[in-house]
Amino acid sequence: MSAKSRLEHRFGALKEAGRGGLFTFVTAGDPDPETSLALVKGLPAAGADVIELGMPFSDPMADGPAIQASSLRALKAGTTLEGTLDLAAAFRQEDSETPIILMGYYNPIYRMGVDRFLERAVAAGVDGLIIVDLPPEEDEELCKPAIAAGLHWIRLTTPTTDDARLPEVLRNASGFIYYVSIMGITGTKSASREAVAAAVTRLQRHSDLPVAVGFGIKTAEDVTDTVAVADAAVVGSALVECMRANLDETGKAKPQLVEEVLAFVRALARGTRG
Amino acid sequence: MSVRNTYRSGPDERGHFGIFGGRFVAETLMPLILAVEEAYGAAKHDSSFAEEMRWLQAHYVGRPSPIYFAERLTEHFGGAKLYFKRDELNHTGSHKINNCLGQILLAKRMGKTRIIAETGAGQHGVAVATVCARFNLPCVVYMGETDVARQAPNVFRMKLLGAEVVPVTGGTGTLKDAMNEALRDWVANVESTFYIIGTVAGPHPYPAMVRDFQSVIGAEVREQMQAQEGRLPDSLVACIGGGSNAIGLFHPFLDDESVRIIGVEAAGRGIDSGEHAASLTGGEPGVLHGNRTYLLQDGDGQIKDAYSISAGLDYPGIGPEHSWLKEIGRVEYVSVTDREALEAFQLCTAKEGIIPALEPAHALAHVANLAPGLPKDHLMVMNLCGRGDKDVFSVAEHLGVSL
Ligand SMILES: Cc1ncc(COP(=O)(O)O)c(C=O)c1O
Repeated sequence: MSAKSRLEHRFGALKEAGRGGLFTFVTAGDPDPETSLALVKGLPAAGADVIELGMPFSDPMADGPAIQASSLRALKAGTTLEGTLDLAAAFRQEDSETPIILMGYYNPIYRMGVDRFLERAVAAGVDGLIIVDLPPEEDEELCKPAIAAGLHWIRLTTPTTDDARLPEVLRNASGFIYYVSIMGITGTKSASREAVAAAVTRLQRHSDLPVAVGFGIKTAEDVTDTVAVADAAVVGSALVECMRANLDETGKAKPQLVEEVLAFVRALARGTRG
Repeated sequence: MSVRNTYRSGPDERGHFGIFGGRFVAETLMPLILAVEEAYGAAKHDSSFAEEMRWLQAHYVGRPSPIYFAERLTEHFGGAKLYFKRDELNHTGSHKINNCLGQILLAKRMGKTRIIAETGAGQHGVAVATVCARFNLPCVVYMGETDVARQAPNVFRMKLLGAEVVPVTGGTGTLKDAMNEALRDWVANVESTFYIIGTVAGPHPYPAMVRDFQSVIGAEVREQMQAQEGRLPDSLVACIGGGSNAIGLFHPFLDDESVRIIGVEAAGRGIDSGEHAASLTGGEPGVLHGNRTYLLQDGDGQIKDAYSISAGLDYPGIGPEHSWLKEIGRVEYVSVTDREALEAFQLCTAKEGIIPALEPAHALAHVANLAPGLPKDHLMVMNLCGRGDKDVFSVAEHLGVSL
């Protein structure tokens, strides 16, 4: 199955099932590589339709305290970009259907080298990329090479992306559109249901791509509200917080961490099933 | 018509100096950054903007700052004839005010109602708090907690001026962490807020805009040296944190091939120790805080914390134009250690009766290495870009004196 069709298949299947998707974000290697792999492997059965895997970075400028801390835990446990790609590859060996999107910042990729990164990402069975600090103005850097390598380039749009700018932002977008529903960093505010509905309608006027909505979605009810107006809901900080609540005083995973987080994912997934 | 080669035409319309610079920011900020670029472009060609700047520079900041023949240090070094550009005499005690005035006038033009800033030594924070008081805008300054501790007088100054100072605990609690936090604030408050970046870093147009506001330094030096010596200087020396005082001095001279130009980074405990802030000497190209430039980073692209005795220099990046000037070889970049800077700090105080900030003390430490070997008719200008009042307590501590 090619990279592109995996994501398209998933959206097709969701449409057939008549429900919206649950996209889960966790940071690769948080709190340690083994726990992280066990968790990611468990996500599809718990109800995650797409897996967003954070590539840890020392300076996550668009993230709030929860994901900052998660990124630092992963780095402290020795996670590198190579390690993140290894994790994706290990997951892909056992699951050929659930799309994996890598999400993060550009510098670790730039440091590894764009060609080497893309080669490894494609080989690992990654489906798409969300790079926070690469707006359309910098499409020559990674967006165009990534599309040429067969990966989806998932674009972030925000409340500040107005109608004049939207066509430029959507020009090289593929896979789906990620709507950042608030002005702000992850894990802080939440948008109103009406505001999200209006924004999604606006995006649908400009594009046929499915729309996933993220930032500030914390509960199964939030998920239900979101998929009532969008194709999918993304949950990140709330999952990462659930992980943090299952660490001991030294920052190590408690034995029940994976099961607790997966239970939370199951609860969120019920939000997509009405 | 032949177009003369120039080092002064950058950046291109996308904010690139060679491969450096650019606009690596989250989508939320992009429309605002484009708006800042447009507003700055319009202001640059508006004579009323220039006039207001000139008036404030003359009557509020005290420009032009003097050019001063450092006679006793010249004698002491026994070589080049040393001049100081006295930007430490500016209102608020450093070059930082040059940039803050420009940016706050722009913020006003854009109708912004709230100002944020990052600060390291606190000099930029004080300058921002000052212009915010003067122009009646609320002000939030992010400052690493390590810096809050070692720059207590400036923290109090900012508070007196009405700013809210927010200590930042992430990373090592220094300048890069303060900048991350300011960017996070900005993403959440784009509509109301203008971010006054304190150096020639950040996404385009900041590196070019801050350079333009600081170039008053070099432009004055050209005129002043012509008046005093009847010719251009032979060399320029300035310290580099993000690189704003340095580019301000250098930029007007970049096309004068006879002028040797030297930037001095902070080598902290020595480049080999790994504890330093010398991005050009000890870093690699990467992308952080909106631009591509030389960065202190590990093999995985994770940013390393910078270290220097000087809070104003310990930033793991550098303005993208400096990265370009290094690569094309127009400017030489060197580094000096904490210890050398401390010695220069004391030397300047003893010989000239001027207590310099620890930042320009780095520049002077390199002058001390260089000047003795140069002929007596060599004219050297060093940017004395800040005064040392803020550093007196931490210098005492380093010298083992308890106050
Ligand atoms: C006196 C002084 N000099 C230099 C610097 C370093 O900044 P830049 O390299 O942008 O001039 C600072 C920064 O706080 C400073 O306070």
